[in-house]
Amino acid sequence: MIEVEHLVKYYGGNCAVDDVNFSVAQGEIVGLLGPNGAGKSTIMNILTGYLSSSAGRVSVAGLNVLDDPLEVKHRVGYLPEQPPLYLDMTVEEYLIFVYNLKGCTFNRTKHLAEICEVVKIQDVYHRLIRNLSKGYRQRVGIAEALIGNPPVVIFDEPTVGLDPKQIIEIRNLIRTLGKDHTVILSTHILQEVQAVCDRIIILNKGRIVADERTENINRAVESTRRYRLRVCGPQRDVAALLRSRPDVTYVETLPERDDDAYCYLLESKTGVDVRKSLFFALAERGWAIIGLEPMGVSLEDVFLAVVESEEKDARTAKKQRRRGGAGVGAEKDLAQSILDETAKKQEAVAPYDGKD
Amino acid sequence: MFAIFKKEMRAYFTSPVGYVYTGIFLAAAALICAFTTIQRASYDTTSYFQYMLFSFIILIPLLTMRLFSEERRNRTEQLLLTSPITITGMVLGKFFAAFALFSATMFASLINLFPLVVYSIREQKSATSGAHIGLAGAQVMGCFIGSLLVGAAFIAVGIFISSLSENQLTAAVITVAAIAAMMLAGIFNTYIGVTWIRTVLDWISVLSRFDYFAYGYFDYAALLYYLSISGVFIFLTVRVYEKRRWG
Repeated sequence: MIEVEHLVKYYGGNCAVDDVNFSVAQGEIVGLLGPNGAGKSTIMNILTGYLSSSAGRVSVAGLNVLDDPLEVKHRVGYLPEQPPLYLDMTVEEYLIFVYNLKGCTFNRTKHLAEICEVVKIQDVYHRLIRNLSKGYRQRVGIAEALIGNPPVVIFDEPTVGLDPKQIIEIRNLIRTLGKDHTVILSTHILQEVQAVCDRIIILNKGRIVADERTENINRAVESTRRYRLRVCGPQRDVAALLRSRPDVTYVETLPERDDDAYCYLLESKTGVDVRKSLFFALAERGWAIIGLEPMGVSLEDVFLAVVESEEKDARTAKKQRRRGGAGVGAEKDLAQSILDETAKKQEAVAPYDGKD
Repeated sequence: MFAIFKKEMRAYFTSPVGYVYTGIFLAAAALICAFTTIQRASYDTTSYFQYMLFSFIILIPLLTMRLFSEERRNRTEQLLLTSPITITGMVLGKFFAAFALFSATMFASLINLFPLVVYSIREQKSATSGAHIGLAGAQVMGCFIGSLLVGAAFIAVGIFISSLSENQLTAAVITVAAIAAMMLAGIFNTYIGVTWIRTVLDWISVLSRFDYFAYGYFDYAALLYYLSISGVFIFLTVRVYEKRRWG
């Protein structure tokens, strides 16, 4: 449905998007994930024809965005980061304006009523947009994107600034849309992509650093076992005991405490449940477990690991280049040790590479 | 394009701008008409229309200042530019909205000439000789069409300036300055002794082209001149948006 090939975008001398390639199949929900300034919005703006690319090819439904901009715009509904609302219009007036603007030929009343039902804005239909809350404005923005029933909808950070209940509602809405639309959304909230998307594309500094199906990332999350443990007892001794357990691979003391209980973070080998043995081992010493909760490896960790390792790789490569080909042994070792360290850290933080 | 035209027309009258503009325009037209014709006991409408052109310096920016700058500030231009309409269509929609309101007030202001018509009919009845009494139809028509053309050119200048600025007030101030410069170029002309500067200023001057209309001629050169100015500035506005896309 969407093909992006060697997309490059420069803002003046700044490279915002650097050789990005991906394609999205029909009916897929794809999440673009990345920190601020990663190029998410730029890519979306190029897909919708708001900006033009410096190089590369972008096509939607087989139509090139530069050659057939109007045809492409007919097929794409777009909710920019800040919903483009006219505050002095009522919701009804606004939707009718967008309907006319997009040159739709459906039955207007019916089409608008359907959309309002999907995004649940019937009860504010006759109110001024100026007086709506952020959540409702966001929904009106989504309604705007859906008018004309475009096969592709693009949402730029659709849940920013909403309260938790609204976030869940919008996510459900997006999942429903995914049944008969191709959806691209951007976000920096990682649970969101995990909850909604079929596929995740992680961007950093204008480059794609990961392009994975969500299950794969989820599986990586499940493959490790992490616990947050709260034990009453002397911190150093407890930590030593935990470290001495054969099944425990990693222990970290957390700076939280209440009364005499300290908090620890530990990871166990895959496939082993250490909870029972831990309980008895600690009970033997008279240290009470007052809290033990499993934690998934969060996508934050995956994300940070991927992004950091990319950055470190780049830095190391640069260092090596600067030192030239006459790589003295010691220096090479240093570079290697940095790499090793990265790998170790990555393994410690997020063994996501799917080897289990 | 029609959707945008409709939206802009609506926007004029859901915000105070449309009312303020219409009010000031009609009041100014009535005052100027009273002072230039009735008070002077004259049927000559030339100076009425010429003074009206000066009032455009303040009035036209009211119409054009928010057209693009507000869209840009509220980020609503993103909707327009990602909708299946061309940039030219968008600019023309806005241009014609401003021009439609402008022409509507121009037509409404024709009512100011009504007293003159009444006088002339009364005088003609009581006149014994066949002396020419009353309005010169050709002059009124010529000046009216000329004013519409000048207005169109100024509106094009105004929307161009509005597309450059995110701030309505900045747009308005610069538009006032630009239109004033175009108007006054011809007046400064008379004080300059150097021939080539005079030629250049005369070429820029909007007023000097207006003279023929005042004589009751229909000046095709002036028609072309005003239409070209409108065309050039509409084109430049489209280019501003194209450039921003590629920026």
